[in-house]
Formats: sequence, C-alpha cells, structure tokens
Amino acid sequence: MEEVPHDCPGVSSAQAGRGASCQGCPNQGICASGAGAAPDPAIEEIKERMKTVKHKILVLSGKGGVGKSTFSAHLAHGLAEDENTQVALLDIDICGPSIPKIMGLEGEQVHQSGSGWSPVFLEDNLGVMSVGFLLSSPDDAVIWRGPKKNGMIKQFLRDVDWGEVDYLIVDTPPGTSDEHLSAVQYLAAAHIDGAVIITTPQEVSLQDVRKEISFCHKVKLPIIGVVENMSSFTCPKCQESQIFPPTTGGAEVMCQDLKVPLLGKVPLDPRIGKSCDKGESFFAEVPDSPATLAYRSIIQRIQESCSLRQPKGENLVGS
Amino acid sequence: MLRVQGKAVHQCDSGWVPVFVDQEQSISLMSVGFLLEKPDEAVVWRGPKKNALIKQFVSDVAWGQLDYLVVDTPPGTSDEHMAVVDALRPYSPLGALVVTTPQAVSVGDVRRELTFCKKVGLRVIGVVENMSGFVCPHCAECTNIFSRGGGEELARHAGVPFLGSVPLDPELTRSLEEGRDFIQGFPESPAFPALSCIAQKILNEAPVGLC
Repeated sequence: MEEVPHDCPGVSSAQAGRGASCQGCPNQGICASGAGAAPDPAIEEIKERMKTVKHKILVLSGKGGVGKSTFSAHLAHGLAEDENTQVALLDIDICGPSIPKIMGLEGEQVHQSGSGWSPVFLEDNLGVMSVGFLLSSPDDAVIWRGPKKNGMIKQFLRDVDWGEVDYLIVDTPPGTSDEHLSAVQYLAAAHIDGAVIITTPQEVSLQDVRKEISFCHKVKLPIIGVVENMSSFTCPKCQESQIFPPTTGGAEVMCQDLKVPLLGKVPLDPRIGKSCDKGESFFAEVPDSPATLAYRSIIQRIQESCSLRQPKGENLVGS
Repeated sequence: MLRVQGKAVHQCDSGWVPVFVDQEQSISLMSVGFLLEKPDEAVVWRGPKKNALIKQFVSDVAWGQLDYLVVDTPPGTSDEHMAVVDALRPYSPLGALVVTTPQAVSVGDVRRELTFCKKVGLRVIGVVENMSGFVCPHCAECTNIFSRGGGEELARHAGVPFLGSVPLDPELTRSLEEGRDFIQGFPESPAFPALSCIAQKILNEAPVGLC
C-alpha cells in the first residue's frame, strides 16, 4: 500500500487528486481521474468470499482495556464447543494483535494455499487469523497509517479461505476509526449480523460506548447488544466490591436510555486474565465460575439474535 | 475526568484558548471533546483528518508559558502517535511514559509500543504498571486481579526505567468519574504514594526552570 500525504483530502472527496497536498502523491493520477470515487472491486470479491460464512459479528468497544479481545476469544471458544459449529475468529487490531496470545497460538504462521491464505486452526472447527501471525518477533511494532491498515483488513476479508463457517467473529481495536469503517465498508455487500459492544460499568467507559452506538447508527450497523464486563469483584476472603463503580448506573441504565439490549454482565474473576495470559479457554479452566455462567448466557443470547436475522439479500433487521 | 465537559473553546489572537480545569489556572486542557456538539457524537474520522487536528492542537493552541505539556494518546502505534511525534519533534520532547497493566496480554502489546518509541527516536522516560493489585477495602486482602510484575519485567527486558506500580483503587476510579481531585481527596489511598512517587521521578528528570 502506498503512503498518502498527511493532508490527504480523502479519495472520494471533490478535491481528490486536485488539492495542493495531492502534488507528488503516488495516487494522484487515480484520484484526479475520479477512479477513487468508484466502488472498490474488493467489495464484490469479499461478498463472494463471504457466501460460505453464515453469520458475521463485529466485537466493538469505545474504550481500550475493557476486555474486548478476551470476550471475542471466549465467544469463539464457546461457539466452537459444539463440534458441528464452524467458527472463525478474525483479529483486525493491527497495532495491538492480542488474539494469537489469548488463543495460545503465538508463534504460529500463516500458509498460502491455492484458494487463499489458510487460517491457523486451534481446533478442526475453530480457525483464527491475525496480523500477529505475520510478525516475526513479539517486539515487532506495526507502525502503519490508516490506508495501510485498511489494505491489510481488505486482504484478510478477501484472501483468507475460511471455508464453510457458521460464525465469523471480528475482533476490533477500540474506537471508531479506519479499522471500523473499513470492516463495515468492505463487508457492506455481505450482510453483517451486527455488533456486540463491550464496556465496563464506569461512566468514562460508557461515554465512549455511547459514541460507539452512535457510530453503529451512522453506518447502519445493527446492534446485537452490550456486554458489561468487570461488573463486580468478589474478594476471595470476604465479599463483593465494585472496582469500577457504576456511578451513573452502569450499562443497564445506558441500555435502557438508548434502547439497546443488555446481553449480560460478566463479573471480574482474576482467573480470566490468567487463562488469557496462558492462552487457554477460561471455560475449560474454571467451568463453575459465575463468570463462565455469565459468558454462556451471553453467548446463547447472541446465537438467538443471529438466528432471528433475515437471510442474506433481504433487508436488515432494524437496530 | 477533569470535570470540564461541555466547556467551549474560544479563539484569541494567538490561537485557540485551552480550557483551565482549576481555579488557580495551573492546569489547562485541550481535547477534541470540546469541539463536539454533543458528548455522544462519534468522531468517525480516518487517519489523515485525525493527523490534521493533532497538528493543530500543537501549533494553533495558545498554551502560553508551560512547564509541562502532557499528551494522552489512544492505544496503538498508528496515525495519532506518528502525528504527535512529528508535531512535537521540533520542541525536543522529554520522552514517553509507557503504561501497561501487569498481565502478559497487555505487556505483549506494550512491548510493541516500546519498539515504536525506539523507531521514531522517542526516548522512554519509563514504564508504569497500572492496576497492579487490588486492596479489598473490607479486609485489606490484596488480590492481584490482573496479575503482577509484568510491567517491571517488561522494563527490564527493554532496558528502560521502571517508574513504579499503581494499585487498583475504586476511589481513584470514582474520583475520575465525578471529576474530583484524587490527590487532594484521598491522600490515604494506596494509589496515592505510587502516583506521587512517579510524578516526583519525572520532576527530578526535568525540574522546572532548568531547561
């Protein structure tokens, strides 16, 4: 991917290729000809690729550190427990690709086949893709601007041979920027079931989740629901505490106000973090924890929501 | 977090006027948050537009006489980080404070951040391990909710200073939610000595008046 100038007006703007900052840009000719405003052919190619993928779920958060990747990984683990369900987990956090570590797949590499890139399979029915598999060292930094990150995401969606998949889970970085816009735009023709938005109970996190919900409305992405993570903590010696106090009522009040479903609340269990650090499924490590039960209930609600969505080619169910 | 949500940014002859957060006018703040019409409005911008705003924040804000400019960044090693390093380079930044939580998953991302600093020639002042242990307010039992020690280990591996660990204190969280001054309000908190010590180390690095 070519780098673009700092003051790039945007490939679909009226100034594309014509602005002062366009001089010397390698894409100037393309933009000035108006080709930049034409639909990207990759969108159709991705639509083709996604024909074998039944349900697509984006996992979003407004804030970093709320447990999005942890949730994505455990959603994948939970769905894949049924060996007849084919699950794919795509990590599009290009700068901070945590999924390989959380899934215990650090050091694995991606292979090419005649039909495209092969995902890394944790189980026969659970395939994973991440930029982390393309880096040679755990210290390597991916210092890319938006356009290059977008190119990588396009490749992941177009060139990975997922095969027949029941659920494709897309783990995203925090925010509402390039990666999120690209994922929604490239999947535009392929029908996304919706977004699951992760938050912690504090207002500082909820504030960013409201923006995330606003983003979903703007780009017409249905919202499957909100998960409140790190909801409460039970001290192993005595009793319950609120480490991230829900000063404005937590996700429950926000969901009521904004009329989005609250899928569930997951309590803080230190063993979740430990499982992720070891690259193991928390469900396998601590099957009776209240957190496991909460996760399972949330996963079931997500499955129910997906099965209600209209099949491809018809109108999206309203968010 | 600093209790100035909803304030407007004004223009003066020398540029945008930052918002003061305290009576004494010792702390001023600039944020895209002040430029939004509604707090729930999403800023759905791609890289180039974000870069342009960050450049403006550095060059077009009338900061006045400042002892310290602290820049809070989003996670990652992308547009915002490159933009702010480029914009501040002519002014010889003191360096980067790199924050992690103790777990391996967090450290796994933060080591890439340290590589970023090296690649762009940004000195690392040190690593801070945040959310390092939780002291139960009821029984004083300390639980390492997000493990412990990852930050110190990371600093050692990368050959940079370890500035300290800050424990999880719900009162700190609550203060941020309610816009209260934690340092004034909770000198008894376990997080207070940790934060003060880290601040002191930075003050020792570049004392006011010796530049």
